[in-house]
Amino acid sequence: MAETETYNYRVVRQFAIMTIIWGIVGMAVGVLIAAQLAWPVLNFDIPWLTFSRLRPLHTNAVIFAFGGCALFATSYYVVQRTCHVRLYSDKLAAFTFWGWQAVIVSAAITLPLGITSSKEYAELEWPIDILITVVWVVYAIVFFGTLGRRRIQHIYVANWFYAAFIITIAVLHIFNSLALPVSFLKSYSVYAGVQDAMVQWWYGHNAVGFFLTAGFLGMMYYFVPKQAQRPVYSYRLSIVHFWALVFTYIWAGPHHLHYTALPNWAQSLGMVMSLILIAPSWGGMINGIMTLSGAWDKLRTDPVLRFMIVAISFYGMSTFEGPMMAIKTVNALSHYTDWTIGHVHSGALGWVALIIMGTMYYLIPRLYGREIYNTRLIELHFWVATIGIVLYIVSMWVSGIMQGLMWRAVNDDGTLTYSFVESVQAMHPYYITRFLGGVLFLSGILIMAWNLWKTIAGARPADAAIPAPATATAH
Amino acid sequence: MADFFSGFWSYFIGTVSILSIVVLIVFIAGFSGKGGSAPTGHIWDEDLQELNNPLPRWWLNLFYISLVFGAVYLVLYPGLGSFEGVLGWSQKKQYDEEIQAANNKFGPIFEKYLQQDLQDVIRNKDALIVGKRLFSTYCTTCHGSDARGARGFPNLADNDWLYGGAPETIKTTIMNGRHGIMPPWEGVIGNDNVMKVGEYVRGLSGQNVDTAMASAGKEVFSQFCIACHGADARGNQALGAPNLTDDIWLHGSSRQRIQETIAAGRQSLMPPHKEFLGEARIHLLAAYISSLSQAEK
Repeated sequence: MAETETYNYRVVRQFAIMTIIWGIVGMAVGVLIAAQLAWPVLNFDIPWLTFSRLRPLHTNAVIFAFGGCALFATSYYVVQRTCHVRLYSDKLAAFTFWGWQAVIVSAAITLPLGITSSKEYAELEWPIDILITVVWVVYAIVFFGTLGRRRIQHIYVANWFYAAFIITIAVLHIFNSLALPVSFLKSYSVYAGVQDAMVQWWYGHNAVGFFLTAGFLGMMYYFVPKQAQRPVYSYRLSIVHFWALVFTYIWAGPHHLHYTALPNWAQSLGMVMSLILIAPSWGGMINGIMTLSGAWDKLRTDPVLRFMIVAISFYGMSTFEGPMMAIKTVNALSHYTDWTIGHVHSGALGWVALIIMGTMYYLIPRLYGREIYNTRLIELHFWVATIGIVLYIVSMWVSGIMQGLMWRAVNDDGTLTYSFVESVQAMHPYYITRFLGGVLFLSGILIMAWNLWKTIAGARPADAAIPAPATATAH
Repeated sequence: MADFFSGFWSYFIGTVSILSIVVLIVFIAGFSGKGGSAPTGHIWDEDLQELNNPLPRWWLNLFYISLVFGAVYLVLYPGLGSFEGVLGWSQKKQYDEEIQAANNKFGPIFEKYLQQDLQDVIRNKDALIVGKRLFSTYCTTCHGSDARGARGFPNLADNDWLYGGAPETIKTTIMNGRHGIMPPWEGVIGNDNVMKVGEYVRGLSGQNVDTAMASAGKEVFSQFCIACHGADARGNQALGAPNLTDDIWLHGSSRQRIQETIAAGRQSLMPPHKEFLGEARIHLLAAYISSLSQAEK
C-alpha cells in the first residue's frame, strides 16, 4: 500500500456542520412560531410568515434537516469505523450530501410559499418527494455497500439500527407519498378518506419510530460506549429489543386515529401494540444507561456523557408516556391538546436533540483533530438546554391537560362550561412559558455552535487512518 | 363486518395478530436464560466491546405482562378482524349510549322551556343563561363571542335584521337556515353600470359620491334592483334583501367591495340547525339572541 488508507471523513464533516446550522434554523423557526401562538400579532399578516406555513417548516427543518443530517453524519462515521473500511463510494456519498441539502432548501422555499401536500411530516410536493427517494436509495447503496465490504464478520449493533432505519424509511416514504400530480407543484394522494388517514399515520408514527428512534438508537449504541469507555451492557438484550422494536413499532400508527372513522379493530390493534412497545423501547434505554455501570462517576466530570445519559432518560420517559397516551381512554383526554405537543418535544428536545448534541461534541473535534475549545461551555449548554426542556414540557403538560378538561367540562344543564375561545385564553401563560423554554433551548445550541466554531476554526480536517481490526479475544 | 370486503381479510388480520403475540412471547422466552455476562469477544473500532448480561428480570416481566394484557384486550374488545370481542363494545355503541344518557338527563331541562312562549323565555334570566352557553358553543365561530358578527356574518345585537327580528322568525332562521343570494350583475348590466349603480348605492347611506355617476346609477337601480331591494332601497325581509340606506354592511361599504358585490354577487349561508341541535335548544337560542337586540333598544 503506497498510501495509508483513510476513512472518508469529508462527508461526515459536511453533514456534521450542517446538523448544527439546520439545528439553529429549525429551532429559531420553532421559537418564532411559539411566540406567534402567544402573541398572534407576530404573524404580521404576511402569508409567508404565518404559523400555518412556518409550522411545517419548523417540523421539517428539525426532523429532516437537523435530525437527518445528524443521522447521515453518524451513520457514515459509525459504519466506516465499525467495519474498518472506507465508505463504499466517495462520489455517491457526496451525492447524498448535496442531494439532501437540495431537499432541505426546496422545503425551505416551498413551505413558506404554501406549496404543500398537506400530509403531516410529509408536506413536500411530488418533485421533492422523488428527489428524496433518489437520495435515499443512493444512501442505502453507500451504507449497505460499506457494510458489505466490512473487515469484521460480526455487524456491530449500531449498524442494525441504522440499517432498519434506512430500509423502513424508504418503504414509508414511498408508500405514503404516492400521489397523482396535477401540475408541477400540486398533487393529490392516491388514497382517499380513512385509508389516506391510516397510511398517513402508519407513515407518521413510524417516522417517529424509525427516523427518530431506531436511527438514534444506532447513534446511542456507538457514541455512548465510546464516550463512556465501557462495553455495551448486553448483547442479548440488544438482539431482543431490536427485533421486538422493529416488529412492534410498525403496528402502532392507528393510535393517532382513536375515536375516528377508522374501524374499531384497527384502533384496538394500534393501542395494544403501542402498549407492547414499552418493553422493546426500554430495552434500548437499559442497554444505554447500564453501559455506564462501573463508571457512574464519569457523569460528574463529563458533560458530554451527561448529555447522552439525560437524552436516554428522556427517551425512556417519552417511550413510556407515548404508550400511555395510546390507551383509548387517556387519548380521549389528551388527543388534540398541547399534551401531544409536550410529548413530542420531550422526545424531540430531550431525546433526539440531546443525543445529537452529545454526539456532535464527541464527533466534531475528532473530525478536525482538535480538543474541544471549552468544556465549561458544554456544561453551560447542558443546563440551559435542560431547563429549556423542562419549561417546555411542563407547560405543555399543564396546558394540555387543562385544555382536555376544559373542553369536556359541562354545566348542570349539559351545556359546555367553556367556549373554545376561553380555553385558548387560558393557554396564554403556558404559551409564554413554552416560548421561554424554546428560547433557552435555542440559546443552548448557539452556545454549542460558538464552542465548536472556536474548536475547529483554523484547524485542518483530520482524516483518520483505518486500523486493522483487533483480533477477537477468546472466551 | 362491513369493515372488510371479503371474509378472507378478517381471518388474515385475526391470524396475523394472534401469531404476532405468540411469536413475540416465544422469541423473548428463547432469550430469557440466565447465562454469564462475559464479553462476547467481538471488538470493533479498536475498543468497542459487548458484555452479554442476561435480560433484566423486571424488564422481561414487563414485556410478558404487556403481551398478556394485549391478548386479553383483544379477546374483550374488537381487534381480531370481524370478531367483535366478548364485551360487544364499539365506539358507535358507546357514543349512542352516552348521547342517550345525556338526553335523558338534560332533555327535560330544555323541554320545559320549549313548552313556554318565546316572549316568556326571553324574560326568564335562567333560560337566558342556558341560551348564552349554547350560543358560546355553537354560534361564536361565525358570529363572534359578542354576537357582533364579522364581514359576511351578520351582527346579531344591532336590531337590523335581514330576515326579520321577531323571536319566532329568528327561531325559524336557526331551525331551517337561510341562503342569501345576491346574483352577479356584471354580465347583465356591464361593468360601466356596475360602477354607476355602486356609486348610487353608496349615496343612499350618505357616503361621499361622485354625483354625476350616482344620478346615472339611479336609473340602473330603478330598472334592475328595486325588485328585491325596493323602490326606497329599504330591502325586503321576505327575500332577505338588505336595507341599503342604513349604513349597515354585511360585505363592506368601500367602493371596491360594493362594486364587487354587484358585479360578482354574494352567496351567504346560514346552515340549518334543526337536526343538529333539536328544537328545544334552538328555542333557547332564539330567546337569547332576541334578548341581545332588545337590550339594544
